[in-house]
Amino acid sequence: MNINFTLISQAIAFSIFIWFTVKYVWPPLLRAIEDRQKMIADGLAAGERGRHELELASQRSSDVIKEAKQRAAEIVLQAEKRATEIIEEAKNTAKEEGERIVAGAKADIEHEMFSAKETLRQHVAELAIAGATKILRREVDLKAHADMLATIEEDFK
Amino acid sequence: MASSTELTPTSYIDHHLTNLTVQVKDGAFWVLHVDTIVTSMILGFISFGFIWLVVRKATSGVPSKWQAFVELAVEFVDNEVKNTFHGNRHVFVAPTALTVFVWVLMMNAMDILPIDILAWVYEHVFGLHNWRSVPTTDVNTTFALALSIWFLMIFFSLKVKGFGGWMHELFCTPFGKNPLLWVLNLLFNFIEYVSKPLSHSLRLFGNIYAGEIIFLLLGMWAATGVTGAFFGAILGAGWAIFHILIVTLQAFIFMMLTVVYISMAHESH
Repeated sequence: MNINFTLISQAIAFSIFIWFTVKYVWPPLLRAIEDRQKMIADGLAAGERGRHELELASQRSSDVIKEAKQRAAEIVLQAEKRATEIIEEAKNTAKEEGERIVAGAKADIEHEMFSAKETLRQHVAELAIAGATKILRREVDLKAHADMLATIEEDFK
Repeated sequence: MASSTELTPTSYIDHHLTNLTVQVKDGAFWVLHVDTIVTSMILGFISFGFIWLVVRKATSGVPSKWQAFVELAVEFVDNEVKNTFHGNRHVFVAPTALTVFVWVLMMNAMDILPIDILAWVYEHVFGLHNWRSVPTTDVNTTFALALSIWFLMIFFSLKVKGFGGWMHELFCTPFGKNPLLWVLNLLFNFIEYVSKPLSHSLRLFGNIYAGEIIFLLLGMWAATGVTGAFFGAILGAGWAIFHILIVTLQAFIFMMLTVVYISMAHESH
C-alpha cells in the first residue's frame, strides 16, 4: 500500500486510453452498428410490406379465379345451349332438304314416266302404222286411193 | 523460487508481492512500479489495438466474427450506460465506460494466469526477479483510475451546473437550503466526495489482491508435499474458475460505478 509516482503514470495512461476510445473506437463502430440497425429495421419493414402485398395478391388471385370459374361455367352453359340449338336447326334443315330432294325425285320420276309413256305410245303408233301399211299394201287400189288423196288435197286447198 | 536461498512462506509471499521499482527522483513518492506500468500498458495496447483493428474494418453489413465479438462488448456496455446515463452518452460516457471495462477486465484477468509459472518465465526468460503481473493488485492502478474518474466527476459537475450550481449543491443538498444546515451539508458532501474514490478503488484492489493471496496460499500448500500438491491443484483450479466470475464482476462493478458517478455529476438535485 504505497502510493507513488506509479499512480500518476497510470492516470496518464488511463486518460490516453479513454481519449483513444472516445476518438477512434467508439464513433466508427457505433456508426456501423446504427447503420446495421437501420438496415435491419428497413428490411423488417420491407418484409412486413411484402407479406401484406402477398396477402392482397393472393386475395386478388382467388377473386380472379372465382370470377374465371363463374365465367367458364356461364360459357359452358351457353355453349351447350347453342349446341342444342345448332343440332335442332340442323335437324330441321336436313328434314327440309330431304323433303325437297324427295319432291324433286318424285317430279323426275313422274317426268320420266310421262316421257316413257309418250315414247311407248309413239312406238305403238308406229307399229300400228307399219302393220296397217303392210295390210294396206296388199289391198291397195292405187287409182281409188289416188282419187281419194286427190279429194283430200282438194279439201285442203 | 530458484533464486531464493531459503524458501519460507514469508519469503515466497514477499517475493510475489514485491514490485520492480525504479527511483525517478529523490523522495519516497518518486518511485515507479515498472511491472505495473509495463503490464497494464501492454494489456491496454493489446486490447485497444485489437479493438481498433477490428473497428477500422467495421462494416454495417454482415459483421465478421471479430467484429461481432467487439460489438457484443460495445453493446453490452452501451446498454448499461443507457440505463444509467440520461444524455448523449456517445460523446464521452459510453466510450469511457468501455475503456474502463475492457482495461480493468484485462488487468484483472492476469490474476487467472498461474502465478508461479509466470514468475518462472519472468525470472528465466526476462531475467526479472521481482515482477507482479496483475496491475490491479497495485493500489496505485486502482487509485489512478478512481481518482481520474473523481476528477471527471468534478469536471462534469462544473461543466453542467457551473461553479455556482456546484457550490449550491455542495452547501444546500441533501438536507436543505437553511444556512444553519450549510455546514452539515458541506460535511456530508465532503465525506461523500472522499468516500467515492476510496470505495471505488479499494473495492477493486481488495478483491483482486485477496484473490492473488488465495492463489499464493494454495501455492504454498502445494509446496508441502504430494497431498498438499493434490489438494492445492484441485482448489487452485476451483478458485481460478470462481475467479473468472470475480474478475468479470469487479470489472463490471468498476465500470458501473464510473458511469453512476459521472451520471450523478450530470444531474442536479
